[in-house]
Amino acid sequence: MVPISYYLILSGILFACGVTGFLIKRNIITIFMSIELMLNGVNLSFVAFAAQWHALSGQVFVFFVMVVAAAEAAVGLAIIISVYRTRETLNVDQVDLLKL
Amino acid sequence: MTPNLHLWLIPVLPLVGAVINGFFGKKFSRQTVAAVALLFSGAAFALVLSVAFRFSSLVRPHSETLATWIRAGSFQADFAFYLDQLSLVMLLVVTGVGFLIHIYSVGYMWEEGGFYRFFAYLNLFMFFMLTLVLASNYLLMFIGWEGVGLASYLLIGFWFTKDSAASAGKKAFIVNRVGDFGFLIALFLLIKHFGSLNFDQVAQSIRPLSPEIGGAGLLNAIGLLLMVGAAGKSAQIPLYVWLPDAMEGPTPVSALIHAATMVTAGVYMVARSHVIFERAPMALTVVAIVGTLTALFAATIGVTQTDIKKVLAYSTVSQLGYMFIACGVGAFSAAIFHLMTHAFFKGLLFLAAGSVIHAVSGEQDMRQMGGLRTKIPWTFWTMTIGTFAIAGIPPFAGFFSKDEILWQAYQASWVFWAIGLFTAFLTSFYMFRLWFLTFFGEYRGTAENAHADSASPDHGHNHGHGHGHGGIHESPRAMVIPLVVLAVLSIIGGWIGVPGSLGGSNRFAKFLGPVFHASAPTLPAEHPAEVAPSEKKTEGAEAQGRHGNELLFTAISVLAGLIGLGLAWLLYDRNPQLPQQIAASLGRFYGAVVHKYYVDELYAALFVKPLIAGSTLILWHGIDRDVIDAGLDNSAHGANQVSDSIRHMQSGNLRSYAGWVAAGAAVVIAYMVWMGAR
Repeated sequence: MVPISYYLILSGILFACGVTGFLIKRNIITIFMSIELMLNGVNLSFVAFAAQWHALSGQVFVFFVMVVAAAEAAVGLAIIISVYRTRETLNVDQVDLLKL
Repeated sequence: MTPNLHLWLIPVLPLVGAVINGFFGKKFSRQTVAAVALLFSGAAFALVLSVAFRFSSLVRPHSETLATWIRAGSFQADFAFYLDQLSLVMLLVVTGVGFLIHIYSVGYMWEEGGFYRFFAYLNLFMFFMLTLVLASNYLLMFIGWEGVGLASYLLIGFWFTKDSAASAGKKAFIVNRVGDFGFLIALFLLIKHFGSLNFDQVAQSIRPLSPEIGGAGLLNAIGLLLMVGAAGKSAQIPLYVWLPDAMEGPTPVSALIHAATMVTAGVYMVARSHVIFERAPMALTVVAIVGTLTALFAATIGVTQTDIKKVLAYSTVSQLGYMFIACGVGAFSAAIFHLMTHAFFKGLLFLAAGSVIHAVSGEQDMRQMGGLRTKIPWTFWTMTIGTFAIAGIPPFAGFFSKDEILWQAYQASWVFWAIGLFTAFLTSFYMFRLWFLTFFGEYRGTAENAHADSASPDHGHNHGHGHGHGGIHESPRAMVIPLVVLAVLSIIGGWIGVPGSLGGSNRFAKFLGPVFHASAPTLPAEHPAEVAPSEKKTEGAEAQGRHGNELLFTAISVLAGLIGLGLAWLLYDRNPQLPQQIAASLGRFYGAVVHKYYVDELYAALFVKPLIAGSTLILWHGIDRDVIDAGLDNSAHGANQVSDSIRHMQSGNLRSYAGWVAAGAAVVIAYMVWMGAR
């Protein structure tokens, strides 16, 4: 059996990749994908602990996260489309004002 | 079952008038304002008259409670009114003289700005004065006491655009505050030791005490503190300085508030507290001494004044001194008698002086008058009656009351009597000096005053008298009628108190007797209060001898008055140059008297200047500006700077926000790892 520390290290790496991508990327869609990466990094540690302790609640929580992520993706993509329509760019550095 | 007299209506009626005129008067015509003011003050007078007629059928003292005001533990103070012989006399004087002066004011103030304001204040004054007089406990009395102070302040400063009037108002208010402080401490002592401020209850708890046993120190302290309060309100040494300045107000105000009614509140209060004073011999002696000194002191200043109203003001201070002499020797009914006659003749004198000032277009300096006798005959004759009354010439009112006081004072100590007699001479002298200077000789004023509309701008009273009248003229009827009524009262007012030695029976003292003697202390002995009441005399040889003595003293005091008259005639009618020569020969003493003994300057150096300096340097510059203001300014400035420096965090750049979040998370995680590692 694979030790839990492997899962956790992998989960940490995934999360760190997400954070780094979020901070350094300028394209809004890439940033969006980085967020998904962070969420899934956390999901991985949830299921790892659930398997380790034979507790079902961790598994259930992952489904919640997925549902929320799906909803977020829907809303987020809608915002991105709206931003692109009004500003004609996907570079977040150029989107720093709420008012047009 | 005692009838309900609705005593509360007496003070409330003028209040209604004050409210109507005060809030809506600006839109009313002058006629409406005058009608409202006269209606409500007249209604109060009518109500007092009806009470007076039913008075003999009442159970005395009669008291009515309107509502509970304060109830705290065993202490209780109510909105309650107390009617006995003393408050009835005061009610009649206040509403009667007050109503007459309201009528007079309609004529006097007709051309002035702020007509409605004047009558609103005047009615407000009536409300507070009647509350003071009718209250059945010291606390309600204190409300009236403070209220008349407020009304007095407002009316002295009626011409508030004039600097001297505004500061005279402030001076009156502040000096009164010193006195009120003493009054208030006395009330605290009463609550602490007797648990009540009700006149009846206080009297009941004090009555068993005698001057010798316990309580004497306490009662002396309370008496002295009450006297401080009375000295403030009634302008006695050392707090008299505000009254002469109060003449900056309109003349009817000087007549009503600063001569006839408000300034006598102190005398009323001392008389009302007679139970305390009778058991506090030291306080009583102080009252008599203060009264004597004030009477003499003010009279000497009065001799040198040239402003017609200032002479009357010092004369008021001096006459109030007489009333305190009477209180101080335990002759409270004599004090109230003089209070009443003084209200008549001093009210008359002030109103007549106002009429003179009106006639000469605002001139107040007597050296600019003269020869007005034939030009304003009504004013002349009424003022003559007032002058004779105050000088103590029989059979005018002042003679009986002043004589009564001097006789009672002699029985306490010949010193009081001698100084009182000398003061009576001075009074007569300066009043006849005023009389001769104003009405006799040649007219000395400028033709401008006599003929033109507006007087020279350096004299105080020329605010509204610039109406188009030519020459010296008699006042309108609204002013003459009150003069005549008061003149009649000044003649006959004293007849209700004709002493036994002159074939009367001193009915006034008998009327007030139940108030003052039901409570005489159980131990008579050397105390002057017990020697006083002349109505206790029995017929017989002893009484005959006393009558003879009293008659002799009466003759002496009349003589003093006549000498004053003669001297004034000699100096101011026969030899008008002589006064200057005498003044020159007196040199520095005369200078000191002209400058009112430099008392104002002394107070300024002792109290006012150090206070202003301390307030400026420590309170204003030190605390207010450098601590409070600076603290507030600096904290606002600091918040401004901090915000300015962290404002740049909020750039709108998404990735910088994310960076801050990541940095924050990193700090939290590092902290937790470090905590776990320990």
